[in-house]
Amino acid sequence: MYDDRLVIAGREFKSRLWVGTGKYKDFAETRKAIEVSGADVVTVAVRRVNITDRSKENLLDYIDPKKYTILPNTAGCYTVDDAVRYARLARAAGVSDLVKLEVLGDEKTLFPDTAGLIEAAGILIKEGFIVLPYTNDDPIVAKKLVDIGCPAVMPLAAPIGSGLGIRNPYNLKIIMETVKVPIIVDAGVGTASDAALAMEYGADAVLMNTAIAGAKDPIAMAEAMKYAVHAGRLAYKAGRIPRKLYATASSPIEGML
Amino acid sequence: MEGAVQIQVNGLPRGCRSGSTVGDLLRELDIKTDSVAVELNLEILDRKDFELRSLKEGDRVEILSFIGGG
Repeated sequence: MYDDRLVIAGREFKSRLWVGTGKYKDFAETRKAIEVSGADVVTVAVRRVNITDRSKENLLDYIDPKKYTILPNTAGCYTVDDAVRYARLARAAGVSDLVKLEVLGDEKTLFPDTAGLIEAAGILIKEGFIVLPYTNDDPIVAKKLVDIGCPAVMPLAAPIGSGLGIRNPYNLKIIMETVKVPIIVDAGVGTASDAALAMEYGADAVLMNTAIAGAKDPIAMAEAMKYAVHAGRLAYKAGRIPRKLYATASSPIEGML
Repeated sequence: MEGAVQIQVNGLPRGCRSGSTVGDLLRELDIKTDSVAVELNLEILDRKDFELRSLKEGDRVEILSFIGGG
């Protein structure tokens, strides 16, 4: 789909499937799954370097930052201060101003604290960050995030890692109508049909981690997701037929005996 | 040891030579600087300052990098 590239803040992306790098068995599996998925954006977390055991390998030895856009997250941050601190650390460690901004509200649901999210996004945007906010499926919050300068919004389909699929398709559709920036459905996808559905609704991309890394065969699921996102995008562009209650014959009546 | 200062690195106590820099510490720990961020007493350092900032008694150093995440 080279004529159908995703553009965010002037950056072009080939793939509409973005993937996380957490929860894999090892870095080799991480690399293989990402390769097979065709994703060109991969999310990473920022954490303390293990200084007691330096034999451990680095993720970026397996995921080449020249080949992939590395999107650091602020996962695990429950306050504006923490999220801003981690975003700044990510920029200091990395190569770009991109950040997947998470300000979480609750450990059980990992739902975003949207008030904190808007506040943190405002601070980081003023510092020149390209803020991609992980947000709730709330059209009003999405609009506020765009109004303060987020070049895309990333509403959840369902709680992180839940695999429940799209819990509120109507809100996602309203978000797509409300804001004129790319919508990346982030979190909650369970299987290929969930990803395809998100794209059929008109999402510009889907970001997932657990659905692939947690599958029995992550490499096969990575491939399934690649096709699902591609198929969903094509179907969206093609335009589906309207739903009707009754049948319409596909074969003509004319010419029958 | 003489000329040594006690600091904290990623939450763990550690001794280092008086006058040694953040860059020295990273080399001692065998950490490549290309994808790490260093916070010295809550101040995030520019990579170019690693060799300029010397460590003092009681300094708290945080060294972070990228790991797998969603």
